[in-house]
Amino acid sequence: MIATIDIEFTVNGKPVRISVPPRMTLVDCLRDMLGLTGSHIGCEHGVCGACSVMLDRVPIRSCLMFAVQADGAAVTTVEGLEGPDGKLSPLQEAFWDCHAMQCGYCTPGMLVAAQGLLDENPTPTSAEIREAISSNLCRCTGYQQIVEAIQLAAQRMNEGVDHA
Amino acid sequence: MPDDRPAASNYRYISQPRRTKEDKRFITGRGAFVQDVQLAHTKHIALVASPYPRANILSIDTSAALAMDGVLDVITGAELTEHTDRLYHGVDLPNVRWHPLAVDMTRYAGEWVAAVIADSRYIAEDAAELVAVEYEPLDAAIGIERVMEPDAPLVHPDHGSNILLKKKFVWGAVDDDFAAAEHTISYRARWGRSSAVPIETFGVITRWSEKDEVLEVWASIQMPQYQEQIADALRIPLNAVRVHNYIDVGGSYGVKRGIKQTVLSGYAARKLGCPVRLIEDRIDNMSGGDAHGPDRLFDVTLAYNGDGLIRSMKMRVVDDVGAYPGRSIQQLGKPISALCGPYRMSSIEYDVTSVTSNKTSQVAVRGFGQAPTNFALETGVEKIARRLGLDRTEIRRRNFIRHDEFPWKIPSGTAYDSGDYHTVLDKAMRFAGWDALIAQRDAARAEGRLVGLGIATCLEPGGGNNIFEHLLNEKIQITTFVESALLKIDGQGQVTVAISTHTAGQGHQTLAATVAGEELERDPDGIRVVHLDSLEALPTRGPVASRMAIMLGSAVSKAARRLRNRMIHIAAHDLAVADTEVEYADGEFTVRGDPARKRSWLEIVFIAHRQLHRMPPDTEPGLQTIEVHAVPGGGKLPNEKGEVQIYPCFSFQAHIPLVEIDRVTGQVEILDYAVAHDCGTVINPKIVRGMMMGGIGHGIGAALYEKFDYTEDGQLLSGTFLDYLLPSAHEIPDIRDTEHCTPSPLTSHGQKGSGEGGYLGAPAALASAVNDALEPLDISLTELPMRLADIEAALHTHANPVPETAP
Amino acid sequence: MKAAEFEYFRPTTLDEACGLLADTGDDADRCLLAGGQTLVPMMAMRLARPTHLIDINRITELQGIRDLGGSVEIGAGTRQRAVEKDPITRRKLPLLAAALPHVGHHQTRNRGTVGGSIVLGDASAEIPLVALILNATLIIHRRDGRRETMADGFFEGPMMTALEPGDILTTIRFPVWDGTTGSAFHEVAPRKGDYALVSAGAQVALDANGTCIRAAIGVGGCAPTPLRLQAVEDALVGQRLTDALITQAIAPVPDLIDPESSVHASAAYRRRAAPQLVQRALLDALSEARP
Repeated sequence: MIATIDIEFTVNGKPVRISVPPRMTLVDCLRDMLGLTGSHIGCEHGVCGACSVMLDRVPIRSCLMFAVQADGAAVTTVEGLEGPDGKLSPLQEAFWDCHAMQCGYCTPGMLVAAQGLLDENPTPTSAEIREAISSNLCRCTGYQQIVEAIQLAAQRMNEGVDHA
Repeated sequence: MPDDRPAASNYRYISQPRRTKEDKRFITGRGAFVQDVQLAHTKHIALVASPYPRANILSIDTSAALAMDGVLDVITGAELTEHTDRLYHGVDLPNVRWHPLAVDMTRYAGEWVAAVIADSRYIAEDAAELVAVEYEPLDAAIGIERVMEPDAPLVHPDHGSNILLKKKFVWGAVDDDFAAAEHTISYRARWGRSSAVPIETFGVITRWSEKDEVLEVWASIQMPQYQEQIADALRIPLNAVRVHNYIDVGGSYGVKRGIKQTVLSGYAARKLGCPVRLIEDRIDNMSGGDAHGPDRLFDVTLAYNGDGLIRSMKMRVVDDVGAYPGRSIQQLGKPISALCGPYRMSSIEYDVTSVTSNKTSQVAVRGFGQAPTNFALETGVEKIARRLGLDRTEIRRRNFIRHDEFPWKIPSGTAYDSGDYHTVLDKAMRFAGWDALIAQRDAARAEGRLVGLGIATCLEPGGGNNIFEHLLNEKIQITTFVESALLKIDGQGQVTVAISTHTAGQGHQTLAATVAGEELERDPDGIRVVHLDSLEALPTRGPVASRMAIMLGSAVSKAARRLRNRMIHIAAHDLAVADTEVEYADGEFTVRGDPARKRSWLEIVFIAHRQLHRMPPDTEPGLQTIEVHAVPGGGKLPNEKGEVQIYPCFSFQAHIPLVEIDRVTGQVEILDYAVAHDCGTVINPKIVRGMMMGGIGHGIGAALYEKFDYTEDGQLLSGTFLDYLLPSAHEIPDIRDTEHCTPSPLTSHGQKGSGEGGYLGAPAALASAVNDALEPLDISLTELPMRLADIEAALHTHANPVPETAP
Repeated sequence: MKAAEFEYFRPTTLDEACGLLADTGDDADRCLLAGGQTLVPMMAMRLARPTHLIDINRITELQGIRDLGGSVEIGAGTRQRAVEKDPITRRKLPLLAAALPHVGHHQTRNRGTVGGSIVLGDASAEIPLVALILNATLIIHRRDGRRETMADGFFEGPMMTALEPGDILTTIRFPVWDGTTGSAFHEVAPRKGDYALVSAGAQVALDANGTCIRAAIGVGGCAPTPLRLQAVEDALVGQRLTDALITQAIAPVPDLIDPESSVHASAAYRRRAAPQLVQRALLDALSEARP
C-alpha cells in the first residue's frame, strides 16, 4: 500500500486538513471523505460533467483530478453556492423557477458550469450559454429549461432584482 | 415558454406554473441518490467482465485476489447459482437460464463473470485484475439476420435456437383490405441499438438485517415488481425485502431494472454480514449493466388508395434482445396498443420475432418499443405521400381519426380515449410557421443547400395496463396494474400523501401534492409527500408507461375527495344539517345560505381526531384513507378475436424540425424545431414541458447520434461516453413548443401521460426532415441513427453511382 | 473505474522535475501529470498505469504567454483556456485562436495544457496540428540539458513523438507571420468538442498584389500523426489564389493522406472530407487576408 499524503485546502470557504491516498480522485475525496455528496459521479472519464466543481473559481471536472492536486487550492461545490445564511443564489432560484432539471443528477455540475460562465460573462447569449454547458450532459431536460434558467438568472442579476 | 397556452383553467393549483417540490433539494446538492447513502462498514463490489462475446469458462482462479489485503470475498457464477434462483424473463424460456454472473459460458463481451468484494472500490478493482479466468473463445452470434440462420452459433444452446419468440397477430380482414386497396408499398426500416443512458449509472446497496431478518435495499431503480423478483431469486419471502423508495433515481427512462445487480449484492450482503454496495461504473454499466435498448428490423407493407387513405398494414418486426432478454421481449407487445398510430386503419397484421444474440442484453427504454414502431409507421406515411405526390401534412389529415369519432377502437381492440389530431397538427403548423419554413427551405435549396423540413406525429399510450404481456405469453393473466395513494390529515390539520414508489425525475411529489391541494383547497407547498418503503407500501406498479399522472393522479384525487367528503359529513353532523347543506371552500365548512354557521378546517380536524362525541355515528376516527386505483378500461382478457383494451389514455404530438445537411461532412444541423403537444390536462406545466423537451433531446440522440456499435465478431465499440454520443447542448437546439388540451374522460382531471411523447415523435420527425433535405437527390434513408458518416456515404454513393459492370 | 496505485511527486522547479524524471534507478514507470484531461481517464480505465506520477502543475517556469515580437512563447503548462482568452493569441496567433475552441470544452480547457496536448501527439487533436502547421519550435529540457526541436518531425507515429525518456517539453515558440495574412481552422467531429474526425488548418500570407507568398496547411485525423500538406502549399505559393487554383491544389489531398477507419468515420469518409475541409479553410483564410 502506498502511503497517504496530507493535504490542506479549502472547501466552500472552510479549511480542510486530510490525508488521502494519491490515487483518490477529488470527487471521491469530496464525497466519501468530506461527505459532500452534491457533486456526482457520472462517467469518471471526463465526459459528462456531473462532477464539476470550481477549483480556484474556475469550473473543472473533479473526476479528472487527484485530491492531492487540490492541496492549497480553494474548491467550491454545489453545497457552496448558497449564501452563508442558506439563501439560494440567483442561479439556484432561476433553476428552481424554470424547473431546469428533472432527476437532479446533473444539476450540481450544471450549476457549477453555469456559475462559472456568469462569473466571467454576466450577459451571455443563448449560444454562449450552450457553449459553456456543452461540457455537462443532461439526459432529462434537452437543456431547454436549463438555458432559459441561466438567461433568467443573468437577467435578474443584471437588473439587481432579488427573487428569493 | 409557449406563447399560446390554453386559456387559464379553472383550477387553483393544477395547470398553474408552480415551482416543483423536488427541485430545491437538487439545486442545493441535497438529493438522496444511492451513491450518497453511507452505511457503516459498507463493502464494495468490483466486477470481473468477460472480454469475449461468447466463450466457455474453463476455470476461475480467485486465489490471488483473495490473498490481497482488504479483500473479503470473490463470488463466481457457480457459487451464486447454487444459492440463488435464476432470474425471470418476460416470456416462458425454460432453457434460457439467466443469472447475475455467467455460469460455464459467457454470452456477451462485458458479461460479469465474478464479483470481488473489498473494503473500497479501489481495492476491489485491484483485486478484480487478479482474478484469473481461463476462457475458450467461441464464434459469436452477431447480426440481427445472421443470428436467425440455421448455422448461426447458438447463444443458449439448450434453447436450440436463437429465436426466443415468434408470433403473428391478425386483427380484422387484412387480406380483404389488401385485395381491395388500390396500391401497396413495402419498405424496410431499421432502428439501431441505442438506449436511455441516464447520467447516473445503476447502483444498489443492500444490508441483511439479522435483527429483523429483512434484506434492506437502497437502489437506483425503475422496475415494476422489483422486490418480487429479488425475493424469488434470493429464496426469501417478499415481506423480507425492504426497498427504500425515498432514494432519488438519477434518471432512468426505463432502463434501471437492477435485478441481477441486487440479487448479487443481496446474496453477498447476507453471506458476509455487512452492507454491500455495487455502484456500476460507466464501463460496467454500458457493457454489462441494464444498458441497451431495442434493435429492430421492420418490414412493412401498407395497403392504400389513390387518395392516400391507408386501409391496412402488415408489419413484420425482428428485435435483437441481446444475450438475456429479461422483460425486454415484451417491448414488442406494448406497441399493439397503438400500432396504427393516429390513423384510421381497418385491419393490421403484426408478425413479431424476438432473437437473442451475443450482445449486451436489452432492457426497457422510454416508450417500451413504441418509438421504433412510430418511426417505422411514419416512414411509410411519408413514402406514400411521396409516391402519390401528396402533401405530407395532407395525407396525415386524411388518415387521422376525427375529433368526433372518439372513443375510437383500433383493430387490435384498444379504444383511444380522446384526441383532436387535426387541430393539434394545424396548431403545430401555424405555430411553427409552416409556410415560411417551406419558403426558407426552398430558398436554401435554390442556393444548392440541403435543407429539409420534417413532420411527424405520434401517439403516446399512457396508463400501463399490461395485458399485452398476455398477448405474448398466454400464461401471464394479469389484467391490471394498480397504483395507490394514502392520504391523511394529521391532528394539526396538515396533509400528508404517501406514495408507494420511488421517483426518477418525473415529479411525483409535485403531482401528488398538486392534486391533493386542488381537491382539498390547501396550498400544495404545505402538503408533504413521502415515499413508503416496499414493506409499508400499498399495491403499486410504479412509474413506468407514462402512467403516474393518470394513475397516481387519479388515486390521490379520489382519496382526497373522500376525505373532503368525510370532513363535510363531520361538519354537517356538527352543524346538525344534511351533508348536502354544507359547502366547503378555502378551508371553511359553511351551511349553504347561512354563512354565519360554519366550522373551520382545524375544528373539523380536532373533532375527527379527538372528539368522538361530536363525530357522526359509524365514522372512523381520524382523517385518513387509502385509494387503490385500477387502470381505467382494464380488467379483461382478450376476446376470441384477440382484441383487448391495453392502455387507457392517448396523448398526441406533432413535431416539425427544419434541418440542414452539410454536403461535405454529412453533418445535420437542426435549424429550427417546433412541437405541439396534447396530453390532456397538465398537472404541472413546467414538469410536462420539461419531459417533452427531454424526450425530444433523447429522440435527437436516437435519430442522429447514438448507437451501440459492435464489430462483426462481437466486441462493443461504444462502451464509454467517448464513443456513445449523448447529445450536448450544442446538438440539441432551442425548441419552440405550444400545447393543446383534449382532456381524457377516463382520469380525475382529464390528464394523460407525458413522459414519452417527445421521444416517440422526434426520431420520426428528424428522419422526415433528413429525407426531405435529400429528396432533391432522390435519396431516402430508413435506418436510424442517421449519423454523419451514414448521410455522407449516401451522398457520395448518389454522386458516384457504381458503374454498371460490362456484360 | 479507479486508477491503479502510484507514488505522487510534486516538484516546484523544472530542475527538480527533470531530476525526478531522470531517476531511472529502478523499473518504475515515471509519467508527468500536467492538465490530466487525457491521462487521468486513461489511468481510470487502467490503460495507463504509471508507478510514479510527477505533477508538474506547480512549476511556474512552465506557465505563461510571452510576446517576443516575431514569435510568441507559450509555457507548456499554460492552460488551454488561458491561451484562448489571451489577447496575444488572438492578435498574433490567429490560427491557434481559431483552433482552441474546438479543443474539448470550457472545463477541460480550464485544466488541459497546451504542452500536454502536443506531447500526447494525438493525430486528431487540434493543438499538435497547429504546432505542426506553423512549425513551432519546441523547447525541451532534461536533467543534462536543453534542446530545441521543430514541430515538423516531432510527431512520429500514433501517440508517439520525438520526446525521449526524461524529456520535458517546457515551451512552445510559435512563429508570428507578418504582413497580410489570413488563417482558418475547420473540423468535423461527431459532436462539438469531440476529437476531430477530420480537421484542417490553413494560414496564408499575401503580398500587396494579392499573390500568395506563404502558405501553411495541415490536416488532422488523416494519418497516424497530424499532417502538413507541403504539396498543396507549393501549388499555392507564388500564385494569385483563385477558387479554381485552390480546387486544383487540393485535388491531390486524398493521395497525400493515410487515414484509418474508426467507429464514427471510415477511412473513405476521411479521404473525401479532408480535401473539402482544406478548401474551406483555405477559402476562409484567403477571405480573412483580403479584407
